[in-house]
Amino acid sequence: MKLRANLIIGGALFALAILVGVLAPWLAHTDPVMDANLMNAEEPPSWTWWFGTDDQGRDIYSRVVYGAQVSLTVGIVSQLINSVIGVALGLSAGYWGGWWDDVVNALTNVMLAIPSLIFALAIMSVLGPGLTSLLIALGLTNWSFTCRIARASALSLRSQGYVQAATVLGYGDLRIMMTQLLPNMLGPIVVIATLGMGSAVLSEAALSFIGLGVRPPFPSWGSMLSDARDQITTAPWLSVFPGLAIFLTVLGLNLLGDGLRDILDPQSRSRRT
Amino acid sequence: MHEPKSKSGEARGNDDLILSVEDLAVHFPVGGGLLGGNRRVLRAVDGVDLELKRGECLGLVGESGSGKSTVALSILGLLAPTRGRIVLDGQVVTSRPAVDRKALARIVQIVFQDPYASLNPRQTVRRTLEDPLRVHGVASKSEIEDRVATMLRHVGLRPEQAGRYPHEFSGGQRQRIGIARALILNPKIVICDEPVSALDVSIRAQIINLLLELKDTLGLSYIMISHDLGVVEHMSDRVAVMYLGRIVENGDWREIFERPAHPYTQALISAIPDPLHHAPLATTGGDLPNPLNPPNGCAFSPRCRYAEDVCRHEPGPALETRPDGHAVRCWRSEEIAGRMASTSTESAHP
Amino acid sequence: MTGAPLIEVEDLRIDIGDGRSRVAAAEGVSFRIDRGETFGLVGESGCGKSITALALIGLLRPPLSIGSGVIRFDGHEIQHLSAAAQRDLRGNRIAMIFQEPMTALNPVSPVGRQIAEMFVLHKGKSWREANKLAVEALASVRVPAPERRVNDYPHQLSGGMRQRVMIAIALACGPDLLIADEPTTALDVTVQAEIIELMRNLCAERGTAILMISHDLGLVANVCRRVAVMYAGRIVEERGSTDIFRAPSHPYTKGLVDSLPRLGSRAALGRSRLKEIAGVVPAIANFPDGCRFNPRCASATDICRSVVPTADFLEAGGLVRCHHHA
Repeated sequence: MKLRANLIIGGALFALAILVGVLAPWLAHTDPVMDANLMNAEEPPSWTWWFGTDDQGRDIYSRVVYGAQVSLTVGIVSQLINSVIGVALGLSAGYWGGWWDDVVNALTNVMLAIPSLIFALAIMSVLGPGLTSLLIALGLTNWSFTCRIARASALSLRSQGYVQAATVLGYGDLRIMMTQLLPNMLGPIVVIATLGMGSAVLSEAALSFIGLGVRPPFPSWGSMLSDARDQITTAPWLSVFPGLAIFLTVLGLNLLGDGLRDILDPQSRSRRT
Repeated sequence: MHEPKSKSGEARGNDDLILSVEDLAVHFPVGGGLLGGNRRVLRAVDGVDLELKRGECLGLVGESGSGKSTVALSILGLLAPTRGRIVLDGQVVTSRPAVDRKALARIVQIVFQDPYASLNPRQTVRRTLEDPLRVHGVASKSEIEDRVATMLRHVGLRPEQAGRYPHEFSGGQRQRIGIARALILNPKIVICDEPVSALDVSIRAQIINLLLELKDTLGLSYIMISHDLGVVEHMSDRVAVMYLGRIVENGDWREIFERPAHPYTQALISAIPDPLHHAPLATTGGDLPNPLNPPNGCAFSPRCRYAEDVCRHEPGPALETRPDGHAVRCWRSEEIAGRMASTSTESAHP
Repeated sequence: MTGAPLIEVEDLRIDIGDGRSRVAAAEGVSFRIDRGETFGLVGESGCGKSITALALIGLLRPPLSIGSGVIRFDGHEIQHLSAAAQRDLRGNRIAMIFQEPMTALNPVSPVGRQIAEMFVLHKGKSWREANKLAVEALASVRVPAPERRVNDYPHQLSGGMRQRVMIAIALACGPDLLIADEPTTALDVTVQAEIIELMRNLCAERGTAILMISHDLGLVANVCRRVAVMYAGRIVEERGSTDIFRAPSHPYTKGLVDSLPRLGSRAALGRSRLKEIAGVVPAIANFPDGCRFNPRCASATDICRSVVPTADFLEAGGLVRCHHHA
């Protein structure tokens, strides 16, 4: 048996990130916002300050730990919104076809034509910065790929015998979509969702970096990077540790996505014998 | 739920009939599109009449593209007919603007060809059989469990196996599950669409026996769609032969197999290899014509060895029913009917 | 049995899987085919008939491999030939046609070119000559208007026409052996009859031997002179084709012959219950011990459950692998 290294490493990294976020109050050494002390400003990493301190003397380690809450909330919640929208539109379009399919297709094409980060930027500029706006902006702009996959799966599953059988048995459309189609397309959807979470974490960082994300002083990995911009040569630890956190989380999600694709791919399941 | 009133209102005198298909036509537009282009019409089914009596099995025979599956899909309400009407158990199901799928589901069901693709891989057998009952308003848990267990025993499976997923079963067992699903709502008609052709050869007899047994114990009527004439002959009471969207011959099974009157039926029968004789197979010549561009005259005329001028220029005649119920659509059936009989009787009578 | 056989298979074993988890998908397979002879290999899915054919033509790919045994073609052992030598043999002297011609033909190349390629590859012809020969080859498989059809792509042809093209490609270089793996399973009966007749006539004219592989015992018995029935990786019976249907000797063969509704049998015997073969076809991973048919066999005894039966010669000619054969 081939060792599924990507699945294990990816899962471990993602689980670690979630654990850190959930256990932040216990893991953090200091309060990430309140414990500013200019006496300790810009301390390099040491036994006291594991990741060093920033220009206001706040503990970077504690801020990275708390930052996980924001980054993962954005990653998971916004991708969840994307998945629900994408599956609802794609599944119904593929199953019903007709004018609804045309509408969904047109919408998907529009979404694909506009870079999603630009679109999110536009929404953010209307809603103003903040966690909620971030969730809405990223949740509404990244469903097109999920939608495409859901639609394609629905189209091919629709002609399967068991879907026809359900129709003949008098099932309603909604029931057919939920019980016959959805469970059988979940594999690729989950894979996309995992990869999408990674890119949502990156988008959060990007939006926070340009000041549209979570309002300071509450830490998010992106806003920490943004703050560290000016001191990148004098105090590199300010950017290295949040950067590393983003890197490891996104890497973990991508590995997890790849690993899931390997085991969920219907091609690798044996059909007969 | 349908009211009994409509039942008596629509009854057509002959109480024996559980299904009648009258002048059914299903046409599909092909090509064309937004920019025009040449839009053509595919006449998948073009004026088909069929009758199925209670407790009987009607064999529907024909090659791919003959329209037999389209007929089945129309009866199941999965395809809207272009023309004609379908009367199921006394109710006209084609006259309503929208088919009442639930009511239809309790009358007619289908057993699919491929037992691998026709079961939801993510549902246990129990779920596959319980869900339809719930959809149709059976609420009592004990009744549901009871009916599922009874049905599993009917098809030769053990109720303990209900918790398993389809991939844990062999092809033959999967087909038994497919049959159980078709019967769980107590339908009156079951359409068997090539029910054994995807199965291993040594398993087929089990399923054929099971289908025949269930037909008798549950009082079912079958429409048996198959290209395997041996299976059709074994199971059917009446047989209808389709060619290019039309019925070319229809009659009692014995008539069809012993005295086939249409040249196409004869060609089908004589194309079956005889295992006991190392003899050449009878060939017909040519492929099925393109249904988008059917030949002039009788549709079989380009491949028919008896074709004359009339066959090539006049459209095929109406399906003419003889007093014995044997119906043929052929200009020359009178002359031809005898020819085949002389060659086929030797194998029919030992 | 005079003269050297064209192909001789001795105690062939085909493995599936890699080093640690290796199982025999077929074993003890032995048969011979003479020049110009028609030989059938019949069995259900997973019985090993198709992989046996692939072994003959050198197309086994991992996880399948030849475990042991000898394949002798025209007197030479070919089971360990180099890839290049196998390629040269393939197409040139052993050719094969498959069940689904659509997947066996290259969808983006005109059929004429695909036939011509055989002449260029194996006979060293120029493309110009080869194209001419391709038209002749298409004409020989009775494709109407061959000079126009050579430019068609596979999707423009019907299933029957595609199978004709496959036959034209297979017979292009005048092979000594044509392997036909379920050649008509995807086709309608009237088209099947034509393809079978075409194959039979062309091979008879050219002296090409046929190895036909099918699940349809009736069809194989009609086409071939001798038939071997495979079950769960072993040949259980090998007989003359009429004998095998009239007086099958192995319980499995007997079961198959009796279980199928045959045209005319209802009129003759009435609609009786078909004789079933109980149980299910075993999967490769758990073939039973002893005779592999024993769990489904009505006359199985203790010896059947423990000892693998040897192949016994029958007085009437042929071989059977059963402890209790008739």
